[in-house]
Amino acid sequence: MTFYGYRRPDGRVGVRNKVLILPASVCASDTTRIISQQVEGSVTFNNQQGCSQVAPDQQFTMDVMAGYAANPNIYGTVVVSLGCENCQMDLVVAAIRERTNKPLEQVIIQEAGGTLKAVEKAVRYAKKMVADASMLQKEEFPISELIVGTECGGSDPTSGLAANPAIGAMSDLVVEAGGTSILSETPECIGAEHILARRAKNKQVHDRVYEVTERFENHFHGVGEDVRAGNPSPGNKAGGITTLEEKSLGCIHKGGHSTLNNVYDYAKQVQAHEGLVLMDTPGNDPSSVAAMVAGGAQVVVFSSGRGSPVGSPIAPVVKITGNKLTYANMEDNIDFNAAPIIYGEKTIDEMGQELLQMVVETASGKQTKAEALGFTETAIARMCNFV
Amino acid sequence: MNVNAMIIDAKDNVAVAIEPIAAGDTVAYLCQGKEITLTAAEDITIYHKLAARDIAKGEPIVKYGEHIGVATADIPKGAHVHVHNVVSPQEDRRAKE
Repeated sequence: MTFYGYRRPDGRVGVRNKVLILPASVCASDTTRIISQQVEGSVTFNNQQGCSQVAPDQQFTMDVMAGYAANPNIYGTVVVSLGCENCQMDLVVAAIRERTNKPLEQVIIQEAGGTLKAVEKAVRYAKKMVADASMLQKEEFPISELIVGTECGGSDPTSGLAANPAIGAMSDLVVEAGGTSILSETPECIGAEHILARRAKNKQVHDRVYEVTERFENHFHGVGEDVRAGNPSPGNKAGGITTLEEKSLGCIHKGGHSTLNNVYDYAKQVQAHEGLVLMDTPGNDPSSVAAMVAGGAQVVVFSSGRGSPVGSPIAPVVKITGNKLTYANMEDNIDFNAAPIIYGEKTIDEMGQELLQMVVETASGKQTKAEALGFTETAIARMCNFV
Repeated sequence: MNVNAMIIDAKDNVAVAIEPIAAGDTVAYLCQGKEITLTAAEDITIYHKLAARDIAKGEPIVKYGEHIGVATADIPKGAHVHVHNVVSPQEDRRAKE
């Protein structure tokens, strides 16, 4: 199976060809919005971080920024900083350069002489970059070049019954083909970490599964919360979920049945051709999706029982639901209906094949519903994390 | 026959209602392409679980092919399986030790 994508000078393969206007901090975020509005073919997002953060939190922000710029869906990046924020321009540029040699320009608002001058300078850089990007021709690549991120949010009982098993079947196919699939959302592994750890390729990966889940539980303990005490929630129980194990198994089903080959920290660079890996992300969807995309995921598959609109500025996000009523209710937001699994009309494996087909079509350029709506939600994790 | 329940893995000993099921109704689900039927012992709310076979007290509850709980009472085939007759197995903690 193959898709049509863009070869980057760092050897990676993108499925989109955008120019990123990257705000180094919250103080540059409205400026990047104005810049991106002037440049067709560019993307940006609202960065709420980048300054006044404790060191581990700033590292999360730096990794998301560098990872977004390095994601192969991006042709090149114009970094826009205010000038005095903690995420200083030279630090951001160095972090990007550690990950990629793609085109990169810099505009510092305080040095440019204010908003209007900074906007003009950045718009000129970005327009030139978009023109250069438009000269690229798509080439055919095997799907082993894909890194697929998997996410679930706004879950309901059908997520664990149909949508997540379908994602798992798709994930196994990506792994078999030689690609990478990222399982995410550490708090949603808690209670089933022994089952994930059992699938680890070696003791080191096994121990890392316990390390990241314990670290997450300790974050909760640090603020006097116990993730196990409130889980499953009363709403989960009313919906038929009996134990935390059952709830978490529904979530980790997105990872299919493949061997777990690695565990990555939040937003770190993920290797291609690595099979199934876990990334330590919170359950908060925009924050988890941002981390996987920063890790290099070119496509994200996102299940939602209740229906979620969340997208990404960098990667197409394919929405899937197992709830036929939600699909009918929110078809403008949802790309794939997995409900036929529940009614015995199609098997999990058949739906996994169809979902892979949609992922490949999306990689080749088919617009997702979230892309059509222009959605770019981005959140960045913090040390005392989102649930 | 109208399919009104499902199982996810052939090893599972609980099925999930995909429609509201009333006591005495025939429950039908597909397992590896074969239709299996049993009788509901009590009312089952949509998306809640019922025993696909007799489960003895102390036996694991299996869904997704994995242990999601332990039976705290004998659960006859067709009965509702939920927090009143299941506790967490806490195997993740034991597995680490």
